[in-house]
Amino acid sequence: MTVGIVVFPGSNCDRDVRWALEGCLQLSTRFLWHEERDLGGIDAVVLPGGFSYGDYLRCGAIARFAPVLEAVRDFADGGGPVLGICNGFQVLTEMGLLPGALTRNQKLHFLCEPAPLEVRPGTCQWLKSYGEGEAINLPIAHGEGRYQCDADQLQQLEGEGRVVLRYGQNPNGSVGDVAGLTNPAGNVLGLMPHPERACDPATGGTDGLRLLASVLA
Amino acid sequence: MVHPGGSRGAWTLGLPRFNKPLAAQVPLFSAHVQVSLRSSVLDPAGEATRAAAARLGVDGIKTLRIGKSIHLELEAPDRATAQAQIELLSDRLLANPVIEDWSLELAETHGGPQA
Repeated sequence: MTVGIVVFPGSNCDRDVRWALEGCLQLSTRFLWHEERDLGGIDAVVLPGGFSYGDYLRCGAIARFAPVLEAVRDFADGGGPVLGICNGFQVLTEMGLLPGALTRNQKLHFLCEPAPLEVRPGTCQWLKSYGEGEAINLPIAHGEGRYQCDADQLQQLEGEGRVVLRYGQNPNGSVGDVAGLTNPAGNVLGLMPHPERACDPATGGTDGLRLLASVLA
Repeated sequence: MVHPGGSRGAWTLGLPRFNKPLAAQVPLFSAHVQVSLRSSVLDPAGEATRAAAARLGVDGIKTLRIGKSIHLELEAPDRATAQAQIELLSDRLLANPVIEDWSLELAETHGGPQA
């Protein structure tokens, strides 16, 4: 089991993800530089947090054209598990693998704090070890995490059970309290909170561990 | 090595531009793309700026929305091609149609005869 961790210029959570996967879960990992096109031997892909390409223009707007993401798109279309955390979620929406967009926090502040969340796993592969309606805590750290889509789109997402993570106390003004979304097949998850920062009791709980461990099962 | 011709055009291998009369005839278009948040999307930065305007003593501002203004120059064989290229650029890269609208002003600055 090898997890590929995409590294863009400006990614800054790539090593945190590696620490969580290798140090806490004894998984092997491989960094995938943004120019790489070969995902051979990779069983799951993580798009980590950070500021890909400086977040110029819009968060994720430039990253979307990275060569590695063509391979990631094929991988996701083939049913491979793909996880986008924070900036990774923004990249997934810019790519069109998930609908909507992430915009400036309602109160403009960069938010770095624990966030209580409600999990509705549905068919999402990354959340299969969580109970329906389970309450967990994961840290958030973002300036542009306000999920935005139109009312019809939100209703459709709700109806299809794709809003799999919801804020308990909406910190950023996201429509529908959306903190995380999955695709129709359930193999792609994008979320603003950072599960890799909640994998060791010494650093703020272990609620994120089961999410990352789900690729093992 | 720095291109002696200044800002426009990359340094290319081969003969300089004055030895390539055909290349010199490609028309140059100047475009201005205005990207703005769709009216249904909250603009917290605009709201904060509106509040600051009131503190400055400028009252009566009813709406204030912040967008992006992008100026570019493009070589293209004719106006229709330039228009199509910049529309593609605006729709796929400069703006995110999920949250943003864009508008385009296009003008030919100099170059060969207009098609």
